[in-house]
Amino acid sequence: MADEPRDQTLAPGGTRNRPDAGLDGDEAPRRRAQDDELAPARRTSDAPLRETRGHRVRQAIRDELSGDAPSDRPLAEEEGPAEGAVIELERVHLSFDRPILDDVSFLAREGETIVVVGESGTGKSTTLKLILRLLVPDSGRVYIDGQDITQLTFNEALRVRQKMGMVFQGAALFDSMSVFENIAYPLREHTELTDEEIEARVREKLEFVDLEPDQVMDKLPSELSGGMKKRVGIARGMANNPEIMLYDEPTSGLDPLTTGTITRLIMKLQRELRVTSVVVSHDIRSAFRMASYIALLSDRRITFFGTPEEMSGSDDPYIRSFLGGF
Amino acid sequence: MPGFLGTLNDAAKAKVLTVQEFATLAWNALRFIFARPFYGGDVVQQMDAIGVQSLGIVLLTGFFTGMVLALQSSVQLQTFGATPYIGRLITGSMIRELGPVLAGLMVAGRVGSGIAAQIGSMRVTEQIDALNTLGTDPIKKLVTPRVLASLIMLPLLTVINDFVGILGGNVIASLYIGLPSGLYWRTVWEQIASGGFALHYIPNDFIMGLLKPFVFGGIISITACYFGLSTTGGTEGVGTSTTRTVVAASVAILVVDYFLTQLLLFFFRP
Repeated sequence: MADEPRDQTLAPGGTRNRPDAGLDGDEAPRRRAQDDELAPARRTSDAPLRETRGHRVRQAIRDELSGDAPSDRPLAEEEGPAEGAVIELERVHLSFDRPILDDVSFLAREGETIVVVGESGTGKSTTLKLILRLLVPDSGRVYIDGQDITQLTFNEALRVRQKMGMVFQGAALFDSMSVFENIAYPLREHTELTDEEIEARVREKLEFVDLEPDQVMDKLPSELSGGMKKRVGIARGMANNPEIMLYDEPTSGLDPLTTGTITRLIMKLQRELRVTSVVVSHDIRSAFRMASYIALLSDRRITFFGTPEEMSGSDDPYIRSFLGGF
Repeated sequence: MPGFLGTLNDAAKAKVLTVQEFATLAWNALRFIFARPFYGGDVVQQMDAIGVQSLGIVLLTGFFTGMVLALQSSVQLQTFGATPYIGRLITGSMIRELGPVLAGLMVAGRVGSGIAAQIGSMRVTEQIDALNTLGTDPIKKLVTPRVLASLIMLPLLTVINDFVGILGGNVIASLYIGLPSGLYWRTVWEQIASGGFALHYIPNDFIMGLLKPFVFGGIISITACYFGLSTTGGTEGVGTSTTRTVVAASVAILVVDYFLTQLLLFFFRP
């Protein structure tokens, strides 16, 4: 497979377990041309990181899928989190009455947006629940900022969740509370902010999501439209300024204009606040706009992991039919 | 294990699992009364929803129960010429049995279904997951306040139920038998005193009559929270949970009432 190596420079001592491959010098730009101004300049300074295990994880995934990988999986012997990874799933298996996820691994670095796509019911939302530790895998590990969260107690897991903001499919706003109380909730629970500070923060977040604070603050969720609920959900998710944002089908059920608005909002969060995002979505168009990498989940595994350009350039018949007319 | 035996095995295991999960929820709900963070605001809110707002039906049902009890028993007592004892009969029945059980059943219907519906709706709209995500333990935030509020409010509601029932008896006694109220209330007190006293001042009947609603309050709230939290399947699931809660709580109240009565009579036999 004509893959594009990721490094700007070839780190001198860099080795990979694959006997027949080498890292080529040039790196094709990871983002599309119009996003060049958004392409983080830090990629070059990250070069020493590139040769770490994290990079090998990605490369090995793509090699395996392309059939170039050796039969001995280089990952099998390596334990422990990858450097620089904010979110990492390592060989996760999960089943309820039936298997849901089978040997799933992926990686997200700081500031990246990973969009997980796949058919309905393939376990995409389950992946988010694993990251949040609402579920624990049967085997395999989940690392957040290098810490293995699968072994944590309930209370320790509650603390780790404070680093994350989650936007649920229906926004899951607390319907007995007003918009203000909803967004203020994580602040009241976990911070010592005064009432004035809380109000200032709520207004700030509402303005960030393009809602007029004085108009919506006192409304109940039942009085909001779908798009507004989603935006309030995003505001609540980011209320505590988390470093990780998780989105479960953020654009489902919305009209095209609102879909564009929400997609731009997610990209704005990434661009301005450098949050790491994992987005579960059906919406290929938005996925292509906002993703640093796309992970295709089918048959309980990640069958594709790469940039949007790679995906649209792929010959794989499943991917082609998945992309449909896009 | 094949076929029929396999199905039986799975069904039995499922029942045991249900009991285990229920017991775990009950244990956690009760011990978190003493844990931090403690959501005092939610407790007060629930005390209003469970206690104050059930006052109306308790007053109504208590009053009419007392009246019908007086009506029925006056016929019986007249054959023995024992109509002055009507006060003792009504007081004994209300405080020991009818007050706690009927208040319990009324509250199980009203409050049990309300809690199950509310928590069930939160479950199917992912609000419980949202609470977890936002770092709040849903048991501390939702279940413990409701359990604590029920434990406090149901005894108070029962006291009111008892009093209003005895009052209803008074109305019927004076209207149908012509019993003077002063005589009626003196026999009421005689009945209470006849049960004996604990610590010199507390009538045993009060202890018995308040322990039952305390236990019933726990049963109703924990059952409702259990079925609410385990709701699946959208709005239809919420309806199923609500129905199951009312049925299970009502049956449990009646069954536990028997065993509690046995236990209490063993300890407090006058």
